[in-house]
Amino acid sequence: MTSHAPIQLRISSNTLFLAGARELVYQVAHRLGFSEEACGQLALAVDEALCNIIRHGYDRAPDRPIWIYIQPEGGVPITGANVPPGTPASEVDHSITTGLRIVLEDEAKQVDLASIKSRDLENVRPGGLGVHIINEVMDEVRYEHRSPTGMRLTMLKIRKPASADAPVPHEPAGPVKS
Amino acid sequence: MPDNSLSSLRLTVQTEKGAIVITPSGDIDLNGSPALRAELKKHNVKGSRLVVDLTGVPYMDSSGLATLVEAMQASRKNGWTLVLCALTDRVRSIFAIAKLDSVFTIVPTKADALG
Repeated sequence: MTSHAPIQLRISSNTLFLAGARELVYQVAHRLGFSEEACGQLALAVDEALCNIIRHGYDRAPDRPIWIYIQPEGGVPITGANVPPGTPASEVDHSITTGLRIVLEDEAKQVDLASIKSRDLENVRPGGLGVHIINEVMDEVRYEHRSPTGMRLTMLKIRKPASADAPVPHEPAGPVKS
Repeated sequence: MPDNSLSSLRLTVQTEKGAIVITPSGDIDLNGSPALRAELKKHNVKGSRLVVDLTGVPYMDSSGLATLVEAMQASRKNGWTLVLCALTDRVRSIFAIAKLDSVFTIVPTKADALG
């Protein structure tokens, strides 16, 4: 699936790049019609997952690779300059994105998948909240061993059909020839 | 010591109405939280009142939460008061997700925190 993702990004495991990565996710989700709250949750989940890779997977090493794949589910509308001038509105692809699948891959040490779990929140203490936050805000979360090395995290956020999730208005397709 | 010079987080500290007010500006993430942690540790003094004004913090992740949990635990252990104020909606939501919104003393404004 990852090779077909329309957005593919490789970053180094340097915390300086966290803001850029989460902002990318936020803006893409916003353009695809997710609500402000959902965009924030998507950005937060990706940020937490990247932090876990940097801190636990790579033991804070700043120069190891992390791959980010962003795959909209249900299609992506064709808008703006992608629409040739004069294209009748009926022929423009108005696909609605129904969800956003985000895959993170690394070359970090492989861990026992059963050990990746949320901790008891009743025990108020610093740390260990990242997995809980990811599970809380995403609709599907799956950890896997990546071949031949590293880990893969796949997260899916469904775009809720509420009015707050209405698509962002598209730019005009240009003048239509009569 | 971590190099905090490249963090987007800026901190100002001043005394108002007998309280120490720390005002972070920028994201409190894995890159910025070490600076906040270092500043909070400077004020671990019995009897003091510490206000963290989060007006200028558009984003916080779990490392920021962990930093504040550490401070809260230090305050309870050493007898000082920690108050958080002026959380943005996005920052407030992460407290709720982590079920920490009822654990901290959180007030709407800095005036409330100093009152």
